[in-house]
Amino acid sequence: MLQGIGLKKYFPVTGGFFASKAQGWIRAVDGVHVQVAEGEALGIVGESGSGKTTLAKLFLLLERPTAGSILFDGQEVRAFARDDLARYRRSVQAVFQDPYSSLNPRMRVQGIVAEPLPAEERLGHSVIRERVTEVMELVGLSRDSATLYPHEFSGGQRQRIAIARALVTYPRFIILDEPVSALDVSIRAQILNLLKGLHEQLKLAYIMITHDLAAARYLSTHLAVMYAGKVVEMGTCDEVYTAPLHPYTHALLSAALPLRPSLKRQRIILSGEVPNPLHPPSGCRFHPRCPEALPHCQTQEPAWKEVRSGHYAACHLY
Amino acid sequence: MPESSPLLVVDDLKTYFFTRRGIIKAVDGVSFTLNAGETLALVGESGSGKSVTCLSLVRLVPEPAGRIVGGRVLLAGEDLLCKRPAEMRRVRGRQIAMVLQDPMTSLNPALTVGTQVAEVIRLHQGVHGPSLRERILEALHRLRIPGAEARLRHYPHQLSGGMRQRVSSAIAMSCIPRLLIADEPTTSLDVTIQAQYLELLKEIQAQTGVAILLVTHDFGIVAANADRVAVMYAGRIVEMGSTLQVFDRPSHPYTQALLRCLPDVELKRSQLVEIGGQPPDLARLAPGCPFAPRCAKRQAICVEEYPPAVAIDNGHTADCWVATPVEV
Amino acid sequence: MMKKTRWFSGRPPLPLFPAIVLAALVFAALFAPYLAAHDPREGDIMLRSRPPVWMERGTWDYPLGTDRFGRDVLSRVIYGTRISLAVSLIAIGVAGSVGTMVGLISGYRGGWVDAVLMRLTDIGLSLPTILIAVVLVAVSEPSFRNVILVIALLLWPRFARQVRGETLAIKEQDFVAFAVVAGRSSAWIISRHIFPNVVPTLLVVCTLQVGYVILLEGSLSFLGVGVPPPSPAWGLMIADGRGFLATAWWISLFPGLAMLFTVLAVNLLGDWLRDRLDPKLRQL
Repeated sequence: MLQGIGLKKYFPVTGGFFASKAQGWIRAVDGVHVQVAEGEALGIVGESGSGKTTLAKLFLLLERPTAGSILFDGQEVRAFARDDLARYRRSVQAVFQDPYSSLNPRMRVQGIVAEPLPAEERLGHSVIRERVTEVMELVGLSRDSATLYPHEFSGGQRQRIAIARALVTYPRFIILDEPVSALDVSIRAQILNLLKGLHEQLKLAYIMITHDLAAARYLSTHLAVMYAGKVVEMGTCDEVYTAPLHPYTHALLSAALPLRPSLKRQRIILSGEVPNPLHPPSGCRFHPRCPEALPHCQTQEPAWKEVRSGHYAACHLY
Repeated sequence: MPESSPLLVVDDLKTYFFTRRGIIKAVDGVSFTLNAGETLALVGESGSGKSVTCLSLVRLVPEPAGRIVGGRVLLAGEDLLCKRPAEMRRVRGRQIAMVLQDPMTSLNPALTVGTQVAEVIRLHQGVHGPSLRERILEALHRLRIPGAEARLRHYPHQLSGGMRQRVSSAIAMSCIPRLLIADEPTTSLDVTIQAQYLELLKEIQAQTGVAILLVTHDFGIVAANADRVAVMYAGRIVEMGSTLQVFDRPSHPYTQALLRCLPDVELKRSQLVEIGGQPPDLARLAPGCPFAPRCAKRQAICVEEYPPAVAIDNGHTADCWVATPVEV
Repeated sequence: MMKKTRWFSGRPPLPLFPAIVLAALVFAALFAPYLAAHDPREGDIMLRSRPPVWMERGTWDYPLGTDRFGRDVLSRVIYGTRISLAVSLIAIGVAGSVGTMVGLISGYRGGWVDAVLMRLTDIGLSLPTILIAVVLVAVSEPSFRNVILVIALLLWPRFARQVRGETLAIKEQDFVAFAVVAGRSSAWIISRHIFPNVVPTLLVVCTLQVGYVILLEGSLSFLGVGVPPPSPAWGLMIADGRGFLATAWWISLFPGLAMLFTVLAVNLLGDWLRDRLDPKLRQL
């Protein structure tokens, strides 16, 4: 079980001649509660400025939270010493968005895929090679590919290499940051199917960050919607898609275009812009654009409530 | 309302790139028509030739590697491919305008918004002074840019992505062109901003009667915004028809395969059906149908000869030897 | 998708002029004893200031003439290639190693380490080159070793600057972030991820610096604070002939031409390398 409780990440905006004074704070993540249990796939959707990428970085320990905790099996990750930290890193792996910048062009695939295997344990060469072959076959690449360089592969194949690399330590959680957005449309199906297959076959848990609501629907068991650094809704995938609670989720879903034009749908077009993370709106961050805003939405931040069983939202409507 | 003769007729357009690796047939015999007030979507993946088609229409194909080697492009009856460079310059911006994917590179970061809009209006309409300012504000209002007067003095980096795209589009629409070519205009925008923008585009089309050629890889956008759609693969249009026709009864195996492999936001699919294989190498295209190597319904004749256009329905064609409409 | 072809870029696959000149240079440096007819340090005082062969009083024994000590100009120019090459290769080697390490650490670490190292680099870059060289060498005596050290001292900041820039760019790539996620140490990341991707730019910088070093060494030798006489350094040769430009112009001209062609060839090669490597870097 991987949990984030009250996570906050503020980035200072430095100003002044010596660039040392903080003149303001970018509240990238501002009080977020999420959790993923084993075998679940949590999709985190949102637009730019929602904080979803920063949240991923917090879980990957690429950034340190300004406040809040990350719990791994109930233990505070920040308190981990070297061994526990290494264990965390082996259990929580990552696949990034851009298949062209996520592989070192000067390393062979063998080296790339084997990278997360811990150097300290002195695994023998043949053991490492076995492991690499194993995960490469899992993702549908031949074992001969190991001696090649990344530029000899297509985008989809590179993403497979990245997935193999994430699997090599037998992790329990994989954090996927827009895993298919940079790929051609017909290749996306291949990678999404692969991810789904691995999820079912290996009982992996995913945290998938994406703006592609269709892909999130296909792959996720649960969904969390983020806006301006906060999670505004969370629940099982089917529930959130078919019976969204928060007005932003409504608008987001209606803006995501389905494939069948013959189905009747309600189009909600939001006015205004995605909020400025330096000066977010007061009260509920969404109130300036919300078609159902109530007077006190401007002054009071809504509380995180379980509106239906397992379905949470932060909105004054409930 | 549809006119009797189409605004744009593209007839057997061919654009090739001559490189050391061979001749890349980026556009290989593309034909379509577009009426005033209509939106035609060109859908395809990367390498399908949709962007090169757009560049060919305005004759901005990168030279000397690229060259239009055949076909005609008739805008209101006049063949654009026969025009002299000076004449083409008058066509661009005035009769045909383009909006591109990345507004950060289509706007000059060193000039204010006002300057950039003014430049185009001054060039094509020869307007000066107070009436110029009026026209500039009119152009910005058309795209519903809030606080237009203040924006005139802003630089592109002070605007959000969505706003920049609107400014780009305002520039494109400032001379009320007859044809607007939008090449992936919303790909770099957020989903809700994309929805705003597409609505705006529809409004503008209703107001001005502009014909829109919308290039995209997103079938969702096509479904919501296009009257007609042309599916491109390896430099050719493999299926074309009204949006309803093509989506309800896709007849070309590629279209069918694409619709089956896309996740849908409204349906919880249990399985995405993959398209096997890789996109073709445009420098080494075999004779016959370019989709044949990946086609589940491939026949012997498919690899020998390129299929003729088969009429599925009124206005709905597919280039396929075994075209059969299927409910996907 | 498309590589540049001969027709469009007008650039041949390998630049002919630089390749030939540099090949000749290396050849001359390696086989100088077999190519030069005379000892570069000793001369026949009776045959001093002889003009080149195509003029009156010139002979084929001394095709490019002799200097005022009777030494064969051609042989000296040939042996001079050794000095120019050795100084540039060693100085660049030293400066490059130091500068690269500084650049890598500075770029990767950031923070105060970066600030301190960059201020050092800035100081290094703003030193007036010739002046410092003269002072430094005046304090110690002119010698082959000291020239190299002085040049290296003046050169390392350029490498540091360039490598730091590259490091900053590479640091942003996802594969570096992944290495951190995988738990790898900074040293490992710098040596296995950053450095191999810095190498192409480094090669270009090294090549382009060769010309600068040769000119610098020439200048220092000319001023008398470089390689000491009687070494056949080109700069020294030019200095020797300085007083006789009207009467015995060949003494200064031919080493000058040698320097010119060498630097030109090296710069052209560096430009070509940069053009070839740059777009590919982005594509990879």
